[in-house]
Parts: sequence; structure tokens; C-alpha cells
Amino acid sequence: MSSIYVIVEHFKGSVEDITFEMLGKAKELGDVTAVLIGNKALASDLGAAAKVITVDAPELSEFNPEAYLKTVNEVVSNGDADMVMVGNTSMGMDIAAGLSVAQNIPLVAYASQMQADSVTSQLYGGKVNVESAVSGKCVVSVLPGSFPADAGRADGAPAVEEMAAPDFSGVKVKFRKLIEPEGGDVDITTQDVLVSAGRGIQSDENIPLVEELAAKLGGAVSCSRPIVDNKWLGKTRQVGKSGLKVKPKLYLTLGISGAPEHIEGMKEADLIIAVNTDPNAPIFDYAHYGCTADLFDLIPALSSKL
Amino acid sequence: MNIVVPIKQVPDLVEELEIDGSGKDLNREWLKYKVNEFDDHALEEALLYKEANGGTVTAIVLDSDGIDKVLHTAAAKGADKVVKITGDFGDSVSSHTAGKAMADAIQSLGFDIVMTGVQAVDDRDGQLAGIIANHLNTPNINVVTGVTKDGDNLVVQKEYGGGVVAEFEVATPVVVGVQAARETPRYIPVAKIRKASRGINIEEIAGSMDGSAGSDVSRMFKPEGGQGAEMLGDDAEAAAAKIIEILKEKGIK
Ligand SMILES: Cc1cc2nc3c(=O)[nH]c(=O)nc-3n(C[C@H](O)[C@H](O)[C@H](O)COP(=O)(O)OP(=O)(O)OC[C@H]3O[C@@H](n4cnc5c(N)ncnc54)[C@H](O)[C@@H]3O)c2cc1C
Repeated sequence: MSSIYVIVEHFKGSVEDITFEMLGKAKELGDVTAVLIGNKALASDLGAAAKVITVDAPELSEFNPEAYLKTVNEVVSNGDADMVMVGNTSMGMDIAAGLSVAQNIPLVAYASQMQADSVTSQLYGGKVNVESAVSGKCVVSVLPGSFPADAGRADGAPAVEEMAAPDFSGVKVKFRKLIEPEGGDVDITTQDVLVSAGRGIQSDENIPLVEELAAKLGGAVSCSRPIVDNKWLGKTRQVGKSGLKVKPKLYLTLGISGAPEHIEGMKEADLIIAVNTDPNAPIFDYAHYGCTADLFDLIPALSSKL
Repeated sequence: MNIVVPIKQVPDLVEELEIDGSGKDLNREWLKYKVNEFDDHALEEALLYKEANGGTVTAIVLDSDGIDKVLHTAAAKGADKVVKITGDFGDSVSSHTAGKAMADAIQSLGFDIVMTGVQAVDDRDGQLAGIIANHLNTPNINVVTGVTKDGDNLVVQKEYGGGVVAEFEVATPVVVGVQAARETPRYIPVAKIRKASRGINIEEIAGSMDGSAGSDVSRMFKPEGGQGAEMLGDDAEAAAAKIIEILKEKGIK
């Protein structure tokens, strides 16, 4: 059996779902060691692993891109991993590529499917899957939402091995603080109906069209990331990886392509209806119903019937 | 501060992507390329930093078809220097090969900050920023939404999920992967790009070719797409009527 190290991601005292997803998958593929940095109290949550390696130091009490990479690199150098699994998350992105270069081993990123000898990456905004052959020691970064988290949630008392922290004297990155998002006017995570606008909406002048439709449906407006980056809507309306996770009764998308980072935030919705003129848009792989009409025709057509 | 901004082009996803005869790459014959949108944000953030604090911005690319226009655009937006790394990298160059060549060129140019896009749609073997940083032996912070100055140090904001932002302080040199600039990337009219193309000299550096992805593509395929959506067609009126029916059935409206 191959030896798989799973880099545990935790935030504000709890283990993140991506870790359980990876643990569940890793168990199918080999012997699992969880690498838990900065909070050894969480080891008891990692029953799916055969062993947990913990590293603690004051510099590791909050996530620190430089100190964490250094620590993971040290753990991997001292261990017997054949494969290192890292989340393709904000924290994981600070580790995976750097580890691959430091260890001089391959990295396969955006993994959504994994077998013992191959990893499938979701690329091109979810439009193309790319399978890579893996053999020998490697790093794999896993797209959140790819594997069931429940498969990796297990009670148990894995063997815990405490490792000394590396020397952090040369570390230049210092954690300062966390900035919490400002509360919005509506909480999109509690809405039954969300009408979600994407880049297909073209301009901020068209946002009122979406607002009107949402009001008629008794719901609120949410959106994809570019809408927030363009400052057409506030951050509290963003659904996805760096936004919010939502599970409304209806999620109606207008001009959203369905990039993996968006899908992460909405694929659990009870009913997903997608409107997109591109019949190959990945959003249709996740929607229950799809429509390839122009959204500027669809909105008035729908509004007039409500 | 010398800020270096690696930029690359990626296939435009608006076009239909086809897989070539080998089954291992895209059919690139008719592929349309565009600048990686996150690189565009990286350039914007670099220019905002320069405008506030002084310094220079250098845009750097690997040679490929149509890449001069990318450099001219960067110059028109305000880059002080534009550099092309020459060599036979090909269209499907791996992140590890590109990252090594970039790092070697950036080392020779000298730098305080490297800002590049947090990811690209074709980064099969990982994100460029982390690769460049480790070759340059500097810290690396990704998913960055702002780089500002505080005394001698930089303050870097990094996004986590749920809209939470972590703030870090770091002494240069550093490599950051930019998710979004503080401002929407500036738009430059074509006439200005044309003008810039006449006024700027593209510096060329011969690229090193010794980076390798270390893994091979065995197959490329379109996702089967779960169970797939039931399609309601492209007629707005008919689709709207059908949607109303579905909503009624589900008790939503
Ligand atoms: C670390 C990281 C985190 C991220 N987090 C998030 C996140 O939280 N949320 C998020 O959404 N994204 C996130 N992204 C960005 C993500 O990668 C995509 O860029 C983004 O989701 C694309 O948004 P979009 O679908 O609106 O735009 P596009 O991908 O540009 O799609 C626009 C779609 O509109 C369609 N369209 C155009 N005109 C019309 C019309 N008239 N009628 C109907 N359809 C039309 C087009 O066919 C196209 O499919 C993140 C990226 C990174 C790197």
C-alpha cells in the first residue's frame, strides 16, 4: 500500500470539510497519515487516518503561508509519503506548488477524481478534464467538493506523533489579523430563492433587471465573483469558493458559466435552473434544468408570467 | 520597488474547445487566446502600487504567438519595461517549465515584488506564483486582493472562504498570486495600444528550458456532466413557460 499524507486544513478551531474529503479518498488509495499543523487538539477528529503527525509552535497558531510551507516541507522530507494531498484552497495554494518545487516532485492540481495511478484535473473553467499518469512521489491538490466528506469523518484514536517545529528565525511573513466581512443587507445563505447574476449580465445597468425578477420570485440576488470584482454588487452577494455556500430551494443562474470555484458554493441547491447561451457551459452539468435563450429575452419573458 | 508581473495567455473559454487527434491536448489550430484574467488583475495591482508608492513595473512573458500585443497593452497601461523570454516553449507549456524560465529571467532582471495571477484555466501542474517563489527562494502568498506599503514592509491581504480576509506583513522580496486588484483592471483603447507599440522596446532574454512538470497527460476529455440538465431549449417564451410550470410543481411559486 502506498503512503498518503493529507495536509489538514483547519480554521477557527475546526477541521475544514476539504480535509475529510481528502481523508476519505486517501483511505481508498493507501495508508493515511494526517499532517496537523498548529492545533494538535484536533487530532481526535481525524479518526480516518492511521496516524497523525502534529507540529506546534507559536508561529503556527494562525495560518502563515511561509511558516506552514516550511513545516510541511520538513514533515515530508522526514517522512515516507508517496503522495501528499493538499486542498486546492486558499491555504492549500500557498503550499502545493512550493512543496512540489522544494521536493522536486510533480504536482497535479485541481484534482476532481483520483485512482492509484492517475489523477483527473478539472481545467478550462470546468470545460475539459485532463487525466495525468502519476507514479512515484507526487503532490496532488484536490478541488473542494470532489469527494464525500462523510467518508473521511470517523471517530478513532489514531497514533499521534509530535514533531518538533523547524527553525522559523528566517521567516519573513507575519500574520497580522483577520478581517471579517461586513454584514450585508440580506443574508443569501438563508434565502429560499436566489437569482444569481454572472458576467453575462454585461453591465451594472442590468442589475435592476435581476433584482426585479428576484423580487417577483420572492427571493434575493446573488452573483458570481466577477460581478463583485467589478463592484456591481457587494461581496456579501458572492456565491462560491471565496464567497458564500448556499443551499436555496431555487437557484436560478443568469449568464454564469459554472467555473469550479462557483460550483463549489451552490451545487447543493435543491433546484438549479441555468440560463446560458453557450450549450457547452459547464453550469449545465450541475443544473437540473437548462435554457440556452439569451438572458435578456428570458428575464422579461419570465417576469411577465409572474 | 521593482515589481515584475509575469503574464500569460490562455484559451478563451467563450469558444468551443476541441480535443485533438492525440486525445492529450486541445486542438489549438483555431483556438482564440486571451490574457489570463488574473494576470490582468496582477498588472493592475502592480500599477496601483507604483502609482501610490513609486517604483517600476516590468511585464514579462514567455514567447508565443500574438504575445507582443500583450506587452504593448501592458506598456500602454503604464508598465515601464516589457520583457519577452525567448525559447521554444510551445502552446501547452507546463507551469513548472514556465515557472523555472520566469524565475531565472526575473532573477537576472532584479526584483522586489513579483505579482502574477493566482491561477490560470490551464494550470494542470499547479499555480505559477508558488513555483516562481520557490525557485527565487522567497515567501509566497496567494489569493491576494491587495498589496500596500507600511513603513519598510508590505501589507498583503489574502482571501479565505466566506469573505474573510487575512492580513499579513512581509519584508520584500516576495511573490504574490493576485486574485483581484483593489480596482477593476483599467481599460485601454486600441489607439493607445498602437501608440505604445511604436514607443516601446521589447527586451528579450533567452529562456532556460530545464523545468519539467514531472507528470504526463494520459487523456483529455469533456466531462460527462453528472446526470446533466434537462434542456428547455433556446426560445425564451417557451422556456419561461416551462420554468413557471416547474416552479409551481415544486411549490416555489
Ligand atoms: C481562488 C479563486 C476563488 C474564486 N472564487 C470564486 C467564487 O467564490 N465565486 C465565483 O463565482 N467565482 C470565483 N472565482 C472565479 C471563477 O474562476 C470564475 O472566473 C467565475 O466564476 C466566472 O464567473 P462567470 O460565470 O460569471 O463569468 P464567465 O465565466 O465569463 O461566464 C459568463 C457566461 O455568461 C454567458 N452569457 C454571456 N452572455 C449571455 C447572454 N446574453 N445570455 C445568457 N448567457 C450569456 C456566457 O456563455 C458565459 O458562459 C474564483 C477564482 C479563484 C482563482
